[in-house]
Amino acid sequence: MRPRSRTERRAADTAMRVAMVPAALIGIAVLAWILWEVIARGIGALTPAFFTELPTPPGMEGGGLGNAILGTLLMTFLAALLGTPIGLLAGVFLCEFGPSSRIATVVRFTTNLLMGTPSIIIGIFVYSVLVLPFGRFSGWAGAVALAILILPVVMRTTEDMLNLVPDELRESGLALGAPRWRVTLGIIFRAARTGLVTGVLLAVARVSGETAPLLFTALNSFYWPGSLSQPTANMTVTIFNYAMSPYSDWQAKAWGASLLITVSVLAVTVLARFVIRDKRKRA
Amino acid sequence: MRESTVERPSASPGAVHDQSRPDAVFKWLTAACSLVVIVIMAGIFFELVRNSGMAFREFGFSFLTTDSWNPIKGEFGAASSIYGTLVSTGIAMIIAIPLSIIIAVYLVEVAQPRVSRFIGGAVELLAAIPSIIYGMWGLFVFAALMQTHVQPFLGKHLGALPLFQGPPMGIGMLTAGLILAFMVLPFITAITRDVLMMVPPVLKESAYGVGSTMWEAVRFVSLKYGRRGIVGAVFLGFGRALGETMAVTFVIGNSHRISPSLFSAGNTIASSLANEFNEASEPIYLSSLFALALVLFCIMLAFQTIAHYWVTRMQRLEAGDR
Repeated sequence: MRPRSRTERRAADTAMRVAMVPAALIGIAVLAWILWEVIARGIGALTPAFFTELPTPPGMEGGGLGNAILGTLLMTFLAALLGTPIGLLAGVFLCEFGPSSRIATVVRFTTNLLMGTPSIIIGIFVYSVLVLPFGRFSGWAGAVALAILILPVVMRTTEDMLNLVPDELRESGLALGAPRWRVTLGIIFRAARTGLVTGVLLAVARVSGETAPLLFTALNSFYWPGSLSQPTANMTVTIFNYAMSPYSDWQAKAWGASLLITVSVLAVTVLARFVIRDKRKRA
Repeated sequence: MRESTVERPSASPGAVHDQSRPDAVFKWLTAACSLVVIVIMAGIFFELVRNSGMAFREFGFSFLTTDSWNPIKGEFGAASSIYGTLVSTGIAMIIAIPLSIIIAVYLVEVAQPRVSRFIGGAVELLAAIPSIIYGMWGLFVFAALMQTHVQPFLGKHLGALPLFQGPPMGIGMLTAGLILAFMVLPFITAITRDVLMMVPPVLKESAYGVGSTMWEAVRFVSLKYGRRGIVGAVFLGFGRALGETMAVTFVIGNSHRISPSLFSAGNTIASSLANEFNEASEPIYLSSLFALALVLFCIMLAFQTIAHYWVTRMQRLEAGDR
């Protein structure tokens, strides 16, 4: 390394220190800007009718996105119902049964791959296995696509959280003569409860804002989600369709839905992170 | 508790033998659940290959190198989508990598703990915002700024380069790249921050002890120590940018044309899929879209594998810290 004068080194240091503040401000500014625009443009659309009524035809004022809100809630709930137990048990396998075995290593690697797979590809996959053969878009297909997104996240957090449980707890349970499954479900799950719940919440919050996996599975609909074997209304695809439409009333509704989704996702995320951090501090 | 240290069962939980029947069932149940991910990954690959067969039979290898995309004539080539995916991701990474690293250094080395927590929290929230919100904001807010201020400015001062020529439309490749940069920034920042925090204080103190400035300590000690972890973070950000769909679809303009100007409309693999998949009526059209998806999937697999390689090396390095 070339020897440099003290002034030169000082200058480089000062330049970096000066550059850091605007860089950090960019992060905050983008967040604040997005939140501000979403609130300012969306708040007007959030009337009581927005939550309870069906959408109106283009050009007609009024109406709401009650069906889309219900559809998103339904599909997210079903996805959580489908993805969470599988993810929890798979996480148990990774942590409790041979964490360093060959198969666990392969499963862990595949889980990472699945987490990195773009959600639109998950959507296309579900389209080709659940939409094409049955000949129609359905809420079930949408829920399965979301469940596939939830699964690897829950697996990973479950493994992490179970790893935090001290081995002594497992040993004392086994020493009392309890079978392995009771020790896992009754003692270890209870010890890791907070972490598991927040991990699942984070995963569910993330997928509730997903659009791409629903485009070709649940599609969208102007009606109440009466049966999940039909195309099912949902918030995110509605935002996409409405935002791209030329009708100002629809665009306003898209902003309203954006505000609703942003606030719910961020609220759950903040809550979950707060709890996890608190838990880690105590652990 | 005291007795348990005398005659301890094997410390590794895996070594405990399953003797009872329910335990064996439980173990197999968990194993079956964990195999689900492998089945899904294999299923994705199989379905994409199966459904894209027609396109690859029809167009062969030239599917990857042709840029004509004409559903009416039935001609399909992936070149413009691949080009757009790589260029928009490239723009995002050029901006996001230095910015994220600088922010992470600021959070760990310079900022007051309270400021660091606040900005760190904001960056984490940025990561949680759904991509469709970035799309809405990008199309209705950010694209307008690009059109009225940023693009005319670039055109005026750097217009000699073909990159910054053409009418300022607001949407286009550059806008998509910038929004992708905002989206991957929090991921790279968060991981880099964690990596920098794991640098042993002794190392940094030694650097300061021999008279380093803060930036020298960071550059020659912290960043070098955490190099692998940071490269892993960059790969993860890269992967996110490659597959990002909604935010890009809103602002890229969706045109299957390769243009040297970053102001012009383009497309990515993901945006073509989002836009056209439900419209594809001809079997060959649909098959070509499946082929596009397969290309994206393969690019992702390659990058994820490399990223995984780096992250495991990082974990091995830092195993002592936990």
